[in-house]
Amino acid sequence: MFVKKPFVILALLALTSAPAFAQKKPAAKAPAKKAVSGISAATLLQGKSIYTQYCLTCHQADGLGVDGMNPPLAKTDYVLGDKTRLIGVLVNGLKGVDINGEEYHGVMPSQAYLNDQQMADVLTYVRNSFGNKASAVTVSEVKTVRATGKK
Amino acid sequence: MKNSITRPLLLTAALAGSFSLYSLTSKPTVAPDADNAGLKLPAGFGALVVAETGGRARHLAVTPEGNIFVKLNRPKDGKGILELKPTATGKATVSNGFGSYGGTGIYAKGGYLYASSDEDVYRYKLDAKGEVTNPTQPEKIVSGLLNRGEHESKSIVLDNAGNIYVNVGAYSNSCQVKDREKGSMGRPDCPILDSAGGIWQFRADKAGQTYGTGTRYATGLRNVVGLDWNAQNNQLFVMQHGRDQLHDIFPAMYDTKQSAEQPAECLYEITKGANAGWPFLYYNGLTHQKILAPEYGGDGKKLADPKYLEPAAAYPAHMAPDGLLFYTGTMFPAKYRNGAFIAFHGSWNRAPEPQKGYYVVFQPFKNGKPSGQWEVFADNFAGSDAKAAAGRADHKPCGLAQGPDGSLYVSDDKAGTIYRIVYNQK
Ligand code: HEC
Repeated sequence: MFVKKPFVILALLALTSAPAFAQKKPAAKAPAKKAVSGISAATLLQGKSIYTQYCLTCHQADGLGVDGMNPPLAKTDYVLGDKTRLIGVLVNGLKGVDINGEEYHGVMPSQAYLNDQQMADVLTYVRNSFGNKASAVTVSEVKTVRATGKK
Repeated sequence: MKNSITRPLLLTAALAGSFSLYSLTSKPTVAPDADNAGLKLPAGFGALVVAETGGRARHLAVTPEGNIFVKLNRPKDGKGILELKPTATGKATVSNGFGSYGGTGIYAKGGYLYASSDEDVYRYKLDAKGEVTNPTQPEKIVSGLLNRGEHESKSIVLDNAGNIYVNVGAYSNSCQVKDREKGSMGRPDCPILDSAGGIWQFRADKAGQTYGTGTRYATGLRNVVGLDWNAQNNQLFVMQHGRDQLHDIFPAMYDTKQSAEQPAECLYEITKGANAGWPFLYYNGLTHQKILAPEYGGDGKKLADPKYLEPAAAYPAHMAPDGLLFYTGTMFPAKYRNGAFIAFHGSWNRAPEPQKGYYVVFQPFKNGKPSGQWEVFADNFAGSDAKAAAGRADHKPCGLAQGPDGSLYVSDDKAGTIYRIVYNQK
């Protein structure tokens, strides 16, 4: 009974893994030259796709996290507060910190594999989803944190 | 709890009709709540809310006198352990609280109550009425166990030879150089296993023990929350929480569906020196194979070294087994005797696929070995299928305990509800 099934699984693996990988390459898009106040729908869409791919497993589709494990991204001090600190969470990861007075036992791995544009987009999306409303995170803000906060 | 007077009376009246024949010949039965506490159960079973603790109720213990001790994840009003006293209706009221520490483990045996913080294990003396005599001065039997935040809980169980078994979970998902980071590979030989990722054995009656005086009884276990001693074959069984995030970390090898369905949550039958193989492997419950972990050179299909322990049984991925109990009572029908109940806290790592779990499973056993297909025993802790699928459960089952009459108690660390499941049919 060990013979048949593994092969089906392997075949599936081979078929599905290639396109899954290809999806990771960010779609080409126009450079972000948005007005100071307005946040373009394209930015939010791009941010949502990065969120879905890289953040959703832990922070969940509704952005409300997992009890005692992964914190919510809705109306937290980190998300709505100082942008340098927020960008730093993605660049360096985070562990052992209480979020809005609650303890979380998971670990936030560094997302440094994202490029500056992707980080700006996903954080802009997070700051404008799950009930949040806050200004965009720009590519140059991300660049600055990355330049100064390199470990 | 305010209406605890009127409701049971109504229930008792309602039940009196249906059980009148039975009650003439037997002891009075505990009346389930009219809605079975919101649970879905097999025919003949009923459930009641014993109490609402309002705390994060992790594991629980019931003494021979029916007193219930509940370990809270975080102290509530400065109390990390709640004592609940039974009333005539089968419900209970919170009567006492002590222990200023949060934690998970609690276990009563041989006139003592054992409880753990995330670093230490304590022991309290119980008197003939099942009351703790030294609530503020417990013996600290073990101290200094590793707690690095992740997989921090220290579950405990005793055998029949005066030993206590303590889980020390690995502070890592898969022993990567950088925990949970995309593409990060495994640390050579995984040094975490020296002080975590296993079960440690200590003496139950000796104060002042540390790693140095304990024995690493089993290793290669990522994180165990549910564990119990099987008296039939005198052996420890544990439920491991399988690794997370195969897709997030190795997206080229696993898609999100495969990542949601793998690896299985496994039941292991432990003998001294057992090695279940974390982080070097995970168990594919669909093909029944031990697969070499991608962090250690696996490609999703290469098999692991066969020397590692084979699971005794496997369950769907990521459902987080937090409670394990061998049922030895006589209240439930004979098929349940010596079988295992498993509390599945519920998943988070199946997203974007629907979440799963939030129920208590029954695993039949024969002669101390799993035998036959497991089944969902108590369902709908979540409140609805939609809430379960979204991972937004109203209640999350965590601890299991057997009452002196054979009732099954279940704790919930989401809302703090304590359930009692009874069988009233003959
Ligand atoms: C492996 C699970 C995991 C992944 C993947 C993950 N996070 Fe986190 N994240 C966490 C945990 C756990 C914390 C809290 C760490 C702590 O409390 O010290 C956290 C903290 C945060 C915080 C600060 C606290 C808060 O809740 O406001 C932000 C912002 C955040 N994550 C955003 C993201 C974004 C954006 C992504 C995707 C690019 C992401 N995370 C991916 C687990 C994860």
